[in-house]
Amino acid sequence: MKTEIQGKNSSGRSLSWKLAIMAVGMFAFGFLVLPPLYDVFCEVTGLGGKTNSSAAEVEIEADESRQIRLEFVTTVNEYAPWEFRAKTDGITVNPGVLYDATFVAKNLAAKSKIAQAVPSVAPQQAARYFKKLECFCFTTQEFAPGEEKQMPVRFIVDSDLPDYIDTITLSYTFFDTERLSDNSSELSHNTHSTQ
Amino acid sequence: MSSAVTAANEHDHDHHGPAKGLKRWLYATNHKDIGTMYLVFSGLMFFTGGFMALIIRSELFTPGLQFVAPNFFNQMTTMHALIMVFGAVMPAFVGLANWMIPMMIGAPDMALPRMNNWSFWILPVAFSMLLATLFMPGGAPAGGWTMYPPLVLQTGDAFPFLIFSVHLMGLSSIMGAINVIVTIINMRTPDMTLLKMPMFVWTWLITAYLLIAVMPVLAGAVTMLLTDQFFGTSFFLAAGGGDPVMFQHIFWFFGHPEVYIMILPAFGVVSEIIPTFARKPLFGHDSMVYAASSIAFLSFIVWAHHMFTVGMPLTGQLFFMFATMLIAVPTGVKVFNWTATMWKGAMTFETPMLFSLAFLFLFTIGGFSGLMLAVVSSDIQYHDSYFVVAHFHYVLVPGSIFAIMAAVYYWLPKWTGHMYNEKLGQVHFWLSTIFVNVTFFPMHFLGLAGMPRRIPDYSTQFTDFNSIASIGAIGFGLSQLLFVYVVIQCVRKQGAKASSEVWEHPKGLEWTVPSPAPYHTFNDPPKVAAEVAFS
Repeated sequence: MKTEIQGKNSSGRSLSWKLAIMAVGMFAFGFLVLPPLYDVFCEVTGLGGKTNSSAAEVEIEADESRQIRLEFVTTVNEYAPWEFRAKTDGITVNPGVLYDATFVAKNLAAKSKIAQAVPSVAPQQAARYFKKLECFCFTTQEFAPGEEKQMPVRFIVDSDLPDYIDTITLSYTFFDTERLSDNSSELSHNTHSTQ
Repeated sequence: MSSAVTAANEHDHDHHGPAKGLKRWLYATNHKDIGTMYLVFSGLMFFTGGFMALIIRSELFTPGLQFVAPNFFNQMTTMHALIMVFGAVMPAFVGLANWMIPMMIGAPDMALPRMNNWSFWILPVAFSMLLATLFMPGGAPAGGWTMYPPLVLQTGDAFPFLIFSVHLMGLSSIMGAINVIVTIINMRTPDMTLLKMPMFVWTWLITAYLLIAVMPVLAGAVTMLLTDQFFGTSFFLAAGGGDPVMFQHIFWFFGHPEVYIMILPAFGVVSEIIPTFARKPLFGHDSMVYAASSIAFLSFIVWAHHMFTVGMPLTGQLFFMFATMLIAVPTGVKVFNWTATMWKGAMTFETPMLFSLAFLFLFTIGGFSGLMLAVVSSDIQYHDSYFVVAHFHYVLVPGSIFAIMAAVYYWLPKWTGHMYNEKLGQVHFWLSTIFVNVTFFPMHFLGLAGMPRRIPDYSTQFTDFNSIASIGAIGFGLSQLLFVYVVIQCVRKQGAKASSEVWEHPKGLEWTVPSPAPYHTFNDPPKVAAEVAFS
């Protein structure tokens, strides 16, 4: 009887290792595979309103018969010291035609700041068809104290845009990158001061 | 059956009894000792988390801020959930698994006893760390147990401690799960085929696989939070190209299987108890196995129903809605099988049976409110309201926790060798059942009327139902002291001596050994006699 249990123990050991490897594999799946997979998924489907983050190549093929209302929304993340707005609330565009829009930002702080704008498009089904050729969001923007900047975005709405979409909202959120590089100390500092 | 008993007794002299004093527990490798420690630990955490719940309910007794500051209130909701999920419910089921699985499959112990010791002793460390955050600058985590960024990144000094304690809980669960699987696959007595296994063993086998599949994913998600906060990554920070919504996807990919981790063993417990007190074999044993497996499979493809409001394409919403509703089918199979088990049975209503019956009714209520939440169009209204709070408390308190209590009453005579006080047990049952409904039923109405969850103050029209819920919570909390009293009384051997069968001809190998179960059982594999077998 003892020997039989011994024999079972060795197969138990190999099963234990298999299960442990399965656990490690699931960790790798969650930590290493899912984030890039999610990015690709969002890029392909436009999930979350994600648009291209570097200059897109487009075909210009104007569709004069169709008009799309494009609205601009600007947000400053948390309480960062920025003034950030679009020059106009919105414009009416034809698919397949190049347009320029200008956004204005001002650094209200007494020190120089680096900002990163993050775009998002709603409805998210339109995200794949909204293509930026040039955008202030492709790189970070540096501001001297009190500096005001005019920032261009050049874009095209693809003429393949589904018929049921007649309004697109382009939203930019302005982030202070200082919080990215040094967020741990600043965030915990903030938490302390609010309590 | 009797041959198994004498065989077990003959071999007793081969082994020493338990070590004396603290060493017995610190160096424990015996599955019964470790099971006991898990259950005691779970009880301590249940009262810790319960105390936090009472702070929450006291604050909510009337509108306005009475006792605690909003930030502390948020710490309480967060800690209450973390402690109840990872400290009370999960360790209780692991404790039951440790005690019962080897005895139910005729194995001498768990397959990996030293790892078993480790997976238990990690838990007190993890929870000391988590509880210590209450005294840290910035306080305990207050962003909700779901730890959504960017909010959770605003946690003060407690943040890394939160992450590491979650890592440790995950490590403990994974090791426990590996142990359970290896024990069940390799150490069954030779003539117990897979489909002859008791339901509790089956549901735990499935649960253990779920644990191995999803606890590492949670560990990955919280590791990403950690690197976002301290090592300059931007997994979830939009400014750096990340996406906070991705955290929700990863979290709920863990989170939805997690809710079945907390309920499948409960299904197993109830499937053991109802046949005993209906004096009929479990109706549809094999279909129960397939139902539990289907639930486990479906749990991996429904996660986004927790986040319908983040914005997703209609096709996505519809997929997650229908997949979620599909889970009602195998769950319905289980509920109808339990009902059919009782059909024309010679039923008696001892405390374990009462808790199982309450489980059947009240868990089903929680299941139905879950179906309501699955409907995308109405979920937009229910999302993050008290309706959700009512739903998951119905499946967790009169669901999981009632099943744990039923299991304790059912197997306590086997563990201690003495009967518990039946009258007090039934008083405990009725108090618990009444107060649990007084506490959580009004929350449905609050949610439908629009009261959001996780708020320390509320609009005055919600006052009445909140006061009722608070009274119920205090009543439920106090009733549990009676539970402790009954258990301690039984452990101190103040009841009648229990026979080895304890109940009237229950099925299962655990009833073939004497009560209290000897320190070592089944050194020689027993035969699964016809009258013990399940199918």
